[in-house]
Amino acid sequence: MQKRSVANLVLFAALCLLAAVFLIPLVIVLINSFKSSLYISGAPFELPNAETFNGLNNYINGLTTSGFFAAFLRSVFITVVSVILIVVGTAMTAWYIVRVKSRFNKALYYIFVFSMIVPFQMVMYTMTYIVNKVNFDNVFGITLVYLGFGAGLSVFMLSGFIKSIPLEIEEAATIDGCNPLQSFFMVVLPILKPTAITVAILNAMWIWNDYLLPYLVLGTDEKTIPVAIQIAMQGAYGATDYGGLMAMLVLAIIPIIIFYASCQKYIIKGVVAGAVKG
Amino acid sequence: MNTSLKKYFPIFVLPTLLAFILAFILPFVIGVGLSFTEFTTVENASFNGVQNYIRAFTTDTDFLRSLGFTAAFTIVSVVTVNVFAFMLSLALTRSIRGTNLFRSVFFMPNLIGGIVLGYIWNLLINGVLSAFGVDITFKTEYGFWGLVILTNWQLIGYMMVIYIAGLQNIPTSLLEAASIDGASSFKTLMKIKIPMVMPSITICTFLTLTNSFKMFDQNLALTAGAPEKTTEMLALNIYNTFYGRVGWQGVGQAKAVVFFVIVAIIAFFQLRLTGSREVEH
Repeated sequence: MQKRSVANLVLFAALCLLAAVFLIPLVIVLINSFKSSLYISGAPFELPNAETFNGLNNYINGLTTSGFFAAFLRSVFITVVSVILIVVGTAMTAWYIVRVKSRFNKALYYIFVFSMIVPFQMVMYTMTYIVNKVNFDNVFGITLVYLGFGAGLSVFMLSGFIKSIPLEIEEAATIDGCNPLQSFFMVVLPILKPTAITVAILNAMWIWNDYLLPYLVLGTDEKTIPVAIQIAMQGAYGATDYGGLMAMLVLAIIPIIIFYASCQKYIIKGVVAGAVKG
Repeated sequence: MNTSLKKYFPIFVLPTLLAFILAFILPFVIGVGLSFTEFTTVENASFNGVQNYIRAFTTDTDFLRSLGFTAAFTIVSVVTVNVFAFMLSLALTRSIRGTNLFRSVFFMPNLIGGIVLGYIWNLLINGVLSAFGVDITFKTEYGFWGLVILTNWQLIGYMMVIYIAGLQNIPTSLLEAASIDGASSFKTLMKIKIPMVMPSITICTFLTLTNSFKMFDQNLALTAGAPEKTTEMLALNIYNTFYGRVGWQGVGQAKAVVFFVIVAIIAFFQLRLTGSREVEH
């Protein structure tokens, strides 16, 4: 017993060290966000001193010139609206194609599943062209593009769950006089809640962090956070404002940490469920 | 039930289906078609057979090189991520203090997006290398190992969580029986724990495999292919062929088809190995 507790103590110390290694990169970014641009890329591991300390200037100047606040709001809007569309849209679709048996629906299901394995590069060029043609290249249109792209995984996960719901529950609702819309929103959707949360989390993380799709569809005039960061890094004529960049990284990470801290259980469960199925 | 719901197709399915057609089905079908044509915009495509595929593998030497780089990076990442993640999961299923907190910390980087991750590690690695007067674009090896470190930091916690779930599913009676029989902890690991978590190992291997193979954002932010495109992975190579070289769009689309076929083959093997996913559920 004695031997075991010593081993555990050593292990505990090792894990503390490793946890520090995992957190240090974020701490370094935070520290550098308070230093002036000249002292960041050359000496990122030095603490700010009287000469290098830049107060909140990075947050004020860097973020104003890069249009970060607009990008932040845009990212929030696109993520929230897309996730709502995906959860409601694909839940309705999944319920319909599971409950109405037809060859068409079956084929549709397999096309949705198929789309999960197709890499984005395969469709990016033609998708951008089509989206431009139908004038979906704006913050509203892009949410529908996300609905189309997110449909595969979401329909797949929700269908799997719907198949396990006993038909009797829905039949009871029909007998009680519910039309399909009422049955869906009042009976089916509440039962789907656990899987719907998983679907929402997986899609929210993907859309919030997505770079290439918004860059291709919206361009550089309507930046999301990842696009704003990428553009700031490329800088105007090679001159990168590292201070502003650090401030942007910090503000890009903070919402993720808040989100993680507030619904960690769901996130880990959702990501693992998505992994096992995707 | 069946018949009354049937009429609701336009409400239940049509909106999602239209978005799906617009964002996926049409681009996919047109994309496959365009790979056999020469074009600079979708409208001026002219059929040229398998010319693009030939050019992708012969005239453009970068493609094969990026395929090799991607394969090497993927193999190293799969091994390192899974070994570390499994070791961590063994440590965190023992009765020590703060396991939940450790799990949360190790998992967290997985939530941060590729572009942000790339620039965090760009800062750190260049910071270290600046002591030697160079940066990450100085040598191909720097970029390679930079990407490996980044991927480990991002994926270890994710895989660890899956391994922990696998380890916790091992019936305690099995472990108790082993300890009564006097099995050493190494023997328990080899004879019970590893065989029992084989399904998790399969899942994690494929997850790391596809994640590494399809990597784009991290690659773009960390090295952008420098030096001389030698750290350019497949996805970035395809992107650059499309948007960086006029007249090469057809070749880009052909490369994308090849990329898709490789990913599809990986997915096919995954399905075969993990069995029917319905059973998993």
